Amino acid sequence: MIRVKNLTKSYRERLAVDDISFAVGKGEIVGFLGPNGAGKTTTMRMLTGYLMPSCGEVWIGEYNMAAESLAGRRLVGYLPETAPLYTDMTIRGYLTYAARLRGLDRKRTKARIDEVVVTCGLADYVDVILGKLSRGYRQRVGLAQAIVHEPEVLILDEPTAGIDPIQVAQTKALITELGKDRTILLSTHILPDVSAICERVIIINKGRILAEDRIDNLSDTMKAGKRLRLTVDGPAEAVSEALSQIDLVLSVTFEKPHHYIDYSFDQEPQAAITRVMVEHGWTLLAMEPAGVGLEDIFLKLADDAGSIH
Amino acid sequence: MRNIGIIAAKEFRSYLNAPMAYVVTAIFLALSGTFFATYLAATNYSDTSLTGFLNAAGFLILLFAAVLTMRLIAEEKKLGTFEFLLTAPVRDVEIVLAKFAGSVAVLTAMLALTLYYPLLLIVFGDPDLGPIATSYFGLLLIGGASLAVGVFASSITSNQIVAAAVAGGILFGLWFLGTAARFAPGGLGEVLSYLSLADHFPDFVHGIIDTRAIVYYLSVTALFLFLAVRSIETGRWG
Ligand SMILES: Nc1ncnc2c1ncn2[C@@H]1O[C@H](COP(=O)(O)OP(=O)(O)O)[C@@H](O)[C@H]1O
Ligand SMILES: [Mg+2]
Repeated sequence: MIRVKNLTKSYRERLAVDDISFAVGKGEIVGFLGPNGAGKTTTMRMLTGYLMPSCGEVWIGEYNMAAESLAGRRLVGYLPETAPLYTDMTIRGYLTYAARLRGLDRKRTKARIDEVVVTCGLADYVDVILGKLSRGYRQRVGLAQAIVHEPEVLILDEPTAGIDPIQVAQTKALITELGKDRTILLSTHILPDVSAICERVIIINKGRILAEDRIDNLSDTMKAGKRLRLTVDGPAEAVSEALSQIDLVLSVTFEKPHHYIDYSFDQEPQAAITRVMVEHGWTLLAMEPAGVGLEDIFLKLADDAGSIH
Repeated sequence: MRNIGIIAAKEFRSYLNAPMAYVVTAIFLALSGTFFATYLAATNYSDTSLTGFLNAAGFLILLFAAVLTMRLIAEEKKLGTFEFLLTAPVRDVEIVLAKFAGSVAVLTAMLALTLYYPLLLIVFGDPDLGPIATSYFGLLLIGGASLAVGVFASSITSNQIVAAAVAGGILFGLWFLGTAARFAPGGLGEVLSYLSLADHFPDFVHGIIDTRAIVYYLSVTALFLFLAVRSIETGRWG
């Protein structure tokens, strides 16, 4: 459904995307993984017709985006990196606008909005002004506008960035659900995101593709256990004790002032951790990935690539 | 057409939901109303025409247009919604025409509110209706051209203040070409005068519909809308 050939983009002299080619088949969920500045957003902007490539070609379905951009855009639902919200509109007004712009008639628009606000957990907020929503809800509305016209292709730019762990889990579940009958390309710089939802990953760094494979085939480095670093306002020992009771957690270590949680790459203990914190009345000040970082993986992959040549 | 309707309706609704359109309309009405009334008083109510109002309105409309249009595209760029709009299956030219149409609707509504000046004249006097009709036609033309300049200015920046300043600069420049024309020698003076936003307007006030004037205002409108489309297209190249 998505085909990209020798795609290149330079902003004046800065090369942001450097001759990349890949394809995403119908019904696939593919992760587009890379650190900040790798060129993910730039690539997605070219896929969606927002930016013109300096070089190379993009097909969405059977449409070449250079020649038949409108037809191609009709197939796509796109969540940009920051949810594009008109701050003076209500959720319903905004989704209506989005649906109508993508060609739905009034009746279908109304029906789809009723569905989509439920899907995205917005049913109680349809008349709230977008400018008043919190970051997590803004992201949900962003996702809702991307799917309201039932596009065959979804392009999601960091759908899990900047939202809390429970919402991350909900978003991932929603994407998995959507992916059952859709083609999805989603970008992220967070490893657990892709390993949980995607069948395949494309790893990009400095505008170039470093690796592209099914999750289960990726090198051991990628599959290694993972770590979270927590900052908790609570009695250190009791916190360690409670955390180690969680099934998904392999081990807990305390190095003042952080607790480190080791867990397996295919698990997601974040929601359970948050729940434990709430139950005990402790404050979770921070929870972030630690340990086997993407940077390590990119370094290793870049190294591997280097040693081949 | 469908897309233009959808976007224009949304723009018009945004205007109604924000204070900006009301504030500029109120200022416009207050100032033009003052000119209307003081002119009548100055002629001791012997000249029951819109002359006072029109002398002010032609120029006030430029200010009105610069402020009204500044948010149209610049705000979308700032909010990030431009990415939403430019990835929708909508042509760039449709976006520009729709934004323009939304602002023309506000202008029309505002001019409709001023119809109560001629109404007063009709009730209390015996005005010549021909020039009043042509004047309103002229106001729509000069207003439309000014709004087009504003749409263009809004398309080249994500800063609304910059957009208003650029629009104001272009509009005042085009307006005062008429003044400059008076000091320029022969042929040049005529060219400048033809290019001036101001110099085509008096004909309409006097009840004359000059094709050259219509062509001029429509050309300015088309030129700046075209430039706005080009500016959006250029933006797609990063
Ligand atoms: N509009 C722009 N103008 C100039 N440089 C840009 C622009 N957008 C992105 N870049 C540069 O291009 C590179 C890739 O950026 P981006 O595609 O945003 O990466 P990612 O989404 O993976 O973080 C970065 O070095 C960034 O600074
Ligand atoms: Mg990005």
